[in-house]
Amino acid sequence: MSWDIDSVATELLACEAERRDRVKFTDEWPELDVETGYKIQDETLRRRLERGEKLIGVKLGLTSRAKQERMGVKTPFVAWLTDAMILPADLPVPQDKLIHPRIEPELVFIMGDRLEGPGVTGAQALAAVSHVLGGAEIIDSRYRDFKFLAGDVVADNASSGAYMTGPVALPPESVDLSTEAVLVEVDGAIVDSATGASIMGHPAEALALAANDLAKRGLAIEAGWVILTGGMTDAVFAPPGSSVACHFTSLGSVFFNGGTAPEAS
Amino acid sequence: MDSSLKAQAAKELLGAYASRQPIAPLTETYPDIVFEDAYEIQKLQIDQMLAGGRIVKGHKVGLTSAAMQNQLGVDQPDFGHLLDDFFFLEHMPIPMDRWLQARIEPEVAFVLGKPLKGPGVTVAEAIQAVDFVLPALEIVDSRIKDWKIGIIDTISDNASSGGVILGGSPTRLTDVDLRLVGCTLLKNGQIVGTGANGAVLGNPINSLVWLANTVGPSGVTLEPGHVVLPGSVTKMQPIAAGDTFVANWGALGSVTARFAKEN
Repeated sequence: MSWDIDSVATELLACEAERRDRVKFTDEWPELDVETGYKIQDETLRRRLERGEKLIGVKLGLTSRAKQERMGVKTPFVAWLTDAMILPADLPVPQDKLIHPRIEPELVFIMGDRLEGPGVTGAQALAAVSHVLGGAEIIDSRYRDFKFLAGDVVADNASSGAYMTGPVALPPESVDLSTEAVLVEVDGAIVDSATGASIMGHPAEALALAANDLAKRGLAIEAGWVILTGGMTDAVFAPPGSSVACHFTSLGSVFFNGGTAPEAS
Repeated sequence: MDSSLKAQAAKELLGAYASRQPIAPLTETYPDIVFEDAYEIQKLQIDQMLAGGRIVKGHKVGLTSAAMQNQLGVDQPDFGHLLDDFFFLEHMPIPMDRWLQARIEPEVAFVLGKPLKGPGVTVAEAIQAVDFVLPALEIVDSRIKDWKIGIIDTISDNASSGGVILGGSPTRLTDVDLRLVGCTLLKNGQIVGTGANGAVLGNPINSLVWLANTVGPSGVTLEPGHVVLPGSVTKMQPIAAGDTFVANWGALGSVTARFAKEN
């Protein structure tokens, strides 16, 4: 079939609702580039808001070299966060809503001020932040085996799923995020670790990138928004029955339990 | 493997230091070599070095990350000896003519204040024996061609030891949660790796406990003043002449290794 912005948006939201993965669209629509991907992303956001979800912030994808190498994609992406993606502490990974969830530790900003590009620097971005938290994102992809090109993943809201924030919120002046470390534990074994420097040297650089990128679409980052700055390490699988913990130097720990397998439908 | 073959393997490895020509993996040259032979071959070389007037200043523990253990197909660390001439000063040019195929790893170094002798050493006793930690960079090197090492090769080769650069800012273990202290490794100003100390056997103190309990039964005590390198927090990085590496440990300070431009 021949695809367009409208039909891809419909198919992606259907895949999400039905927990169904599919091959990437660029196989059948090679012209699906990053610019078109953002148009699809904005269309799916419009439909999410129309059905009652609330826009609460943005997430960045592929901001670390580890993630870029893993996915074979060189540029970071911006995508939308809605309140439907919040996973409160102590709730299991929602296996009944996700296709093949993976967890990655992130540094999270809460915006104190509006931030509008172009020309925003990392320093200006950090000055607009009111609090920083540790957290983790449960990424999910509507593409089989997470196989996609840049246009596909942007259209798919940069593999959004759910996210959890940690127990400590610090003002940015009280923590050096470039040396803030995270230790990732799966079923009790240490599997990976990183510092905030893995996010473009400092996660405020990712925030500046998001502001400048949104400015190209005439948008700004609003006060009060939540910003997920991107996975610090490669993502780990979170199958039913597993447990994942992300321990931060000064931002506390987030814990996930993998929950139970959804019943076959 | 009989003792004459062990002596021969030790001689070949010592020869590789001198000629800077790496040798074939011992597991290829000596197909009968077993795990127990490896530490004996290492000890034969260390005994030679000590006979030449060098002094043991501590130990290193290697193969401590999940990634390295998976790569070599092992589920335990290994150890080597640190001798007095392994230690290089921060910011001073480190000669390049000493290495065959050197690489670098960021670690926190334990400096002991009390003797530590296994078996039976607990985490509590190990922490009690540590005077302070220092930010450190370890130069690892292999006398085995192209780093084609299995666990027997690296143990025989002094656990691929090379050199140590210690930073000058001591921190007591009572002042930090070492497991969650992170490190960012920069090569010529560019970030090449990041990690947290917990990547080292879950907590670097576990390396010290393992070392004390592993060498203890053969009568070896870890001595006050000794330096113990517990294992790398990031992947190792190759070193070229003129390179500068900085390991930034946040609260623990940083340490710089500067390699000479020419031999």
